[in-house]
Amino acid sequence: MPRVWKFGDSLNTDDILPGKYAPFMVGEGFYSYAFAHLRPDFASQFRPGDILVCGRNTGLGSSREYAPEALRKLGLKAIVAKSYARIFYRNLVNLGIVPFIAPTVVDALQDGDEVELVLKRGLLKRGGETLQLTPPPEFLLEALEEGSILAHYRKYQRFPGE
Amino acid sequence: MNPGELRGLTLAEKILSFKAGRRVMAGELVVVPVDQVMVVDSIAGSFFKRLDELSATPRYPERVTIVIDHVAPAANVEVAKEQRAIRQWGARHGCRVFDVGRGICHQVLIEERLALPGGLVVGSDSHSTTYGAVACFGTGMGATDIALAAASGRTWLRVPESIKVTLKGSLAAGVSAKDAALEMIRLLRADGASYRSVELHLTDGAESLSRGARMTLANLTVEAGAECGLVVPSGEILALYEVPGWLYPDVEAVYSDHLEIDLAALTPRVSVPFFVDNVETVEAVMGKPVDQVFVGTCTNGRLEDLHEVAAVLKRKRVAPGVRMLVIPASSQVLEEATADGTLLTLLQAGATIGTPGCGPCMGRHQGVLAPGEVCVSTSNRNFRGRMGAADAEIYLTSPAVAAASAVAGVIATPERLERVVHA
Repeated sequence: MPRVWKFGDSLNTDDILPGKYAPFMVGEGFYSYAFAHLRPDFASQFRPGDILVCGRNTGLGSSREYAPEALRKLGLKAIVAKSYARIFYRNLVNLGIVPFIAPTVVDALQDGDEVELVLKRGLLKRGGETLQLTPPPEFLLEALEEGSILAHYRKYQRFPGE
Repeated sequence: MNPGELRGLTLAEKILSFKAGRRVMAGELVVVPVDQVMVVDSIAGSFFKRLDELSATPRYPERVTIVIDHVAPAANVEVAKEQRAIRQWGARHGCRVFDVGRGICHQVLIEERLALPGGLVVGSDSHSTTYGAVACFGTGMGATDIALAAASGRTWLRVPESIKVTLKGSLAAGVSAKDAALEMIRLLRADGASYRSVELHLTDGAESLSRGARMTLANLTVEAGAECGLVVPSGEILALYEVPGWLYPDVEAVYSDHLEIDLAALTPRVSVPFFVDNVETVEAVMGKPVDQVFVGTCTNGRLEDLHEVAAVLKRKRVAPGVRMLVIPASSQVLEEATADGTLLTLLQAGATIGTPGCGPCMGRHQGVLAPGEVCVSTSNRNFRGRMGAADAEIYLTSPAVAAASAVAGVIATPERLERVVHA
């Protein structure tokens, strides 16, 4: 059963992937250093389908796309947060990781909770309980429909809504 | 576009309206042409990969600039391979490459006049807000967005709401634009300007702030989450650039928030671990022992910053046991600091000089911190583990406070230096 990895407010991209472990520095295996300082067990314990649950201003700091890319390589498909920093939010959509915003759901979830995410419908199931998540805006859904904005552009040679 | 159609708009709205070719306002999504796509060495590999995935090449090669600055010169074989690939790729596609030693991307784009008033520059580095110093809409993005911008010549943006920040009056001696920027972040907090433009109005003497000081201000707006930080053109900017007549916000422009900082009343500020918006007065942390002092980065590595440092270090010595690293922001800064004697003053005081570039700012080389060490830095981020060991502490200050701390061996202001040294 997939689980919740819960983090607090102001999770920054240096937390997610410290600069010294950029693919540029260490090569293809960079994703194994995800959360190397903050939660050294993360990369070995994370299972595809697990979700991140975060507080406010998630992903602030450096524009390094390889931070969320490390998470995607580990199998992350979605994040539920109270709010996102601007560049990180764009990077998630570009990589096809769905950025849900749901402050009350974040408060209701605990680290280690076993959950099931119905991605398309924005439903999160925990035990017998179903939590509703607010999906991203139309513009971004159009891109996510193709997998990512990159995939959308490759197919149509234009941006969503253009 | 008829300037009359731009009535009642903020600077961000005006620039994006011009780019979109129609009047656009905060909240709208626009797809707009970009003047420059800036790529840094550390993401160039991802950038090339994304272009390959798109089966695309740069649509306008002259609008793509790659700067080798984040680990320059190369620290290991992995980096050396990537940087060689950058040179080869640049030559193959006819894109500009600034190689090892030319300097930090943002400084170089300003010096090379690739970021100009009224322009739009997207960069693969969050501090691309720096271009706002010359009223150029600069914003940071990840590798995929940057690759899409290079492939299409366009990017998508949500037209941001604007926060008006008025800086008025003149700074007291020993206080700098860095202190004003940290005060702004203290007031806004780390997400206070998320998805928004910070529009900086300099009045009642503050117009005299230099281009470099404006770069420090615009640079740090991203630490409050800003999409861009635009300084309304005045003073030196009008002498250095041809500023289009429309490039001013209108009095009827609508702002989501307004705050004012009285520069004359400002005292030195410090950002304490582990978040940039943990801003206090330097007074509050005075006396904290220091292992390393780092002067440099896109925030504070300019000639005027080195001048402030030299003024404090003149006829003094860096305290025993303290490493003082000075890394000029560009080759031009290094050359000017050599020509005017600034470097000699720094060297005689016991500082060491590094290759123009980002230096140890993101903990990759040239001054990585050991566990438990304390660094006073003129850079822009003090996140946990940013410059090396996870528990090393980074205190962000102005160049003058960094220099005084190097001499005192503890966190100090220039004014209090004598007292601390002789205490």
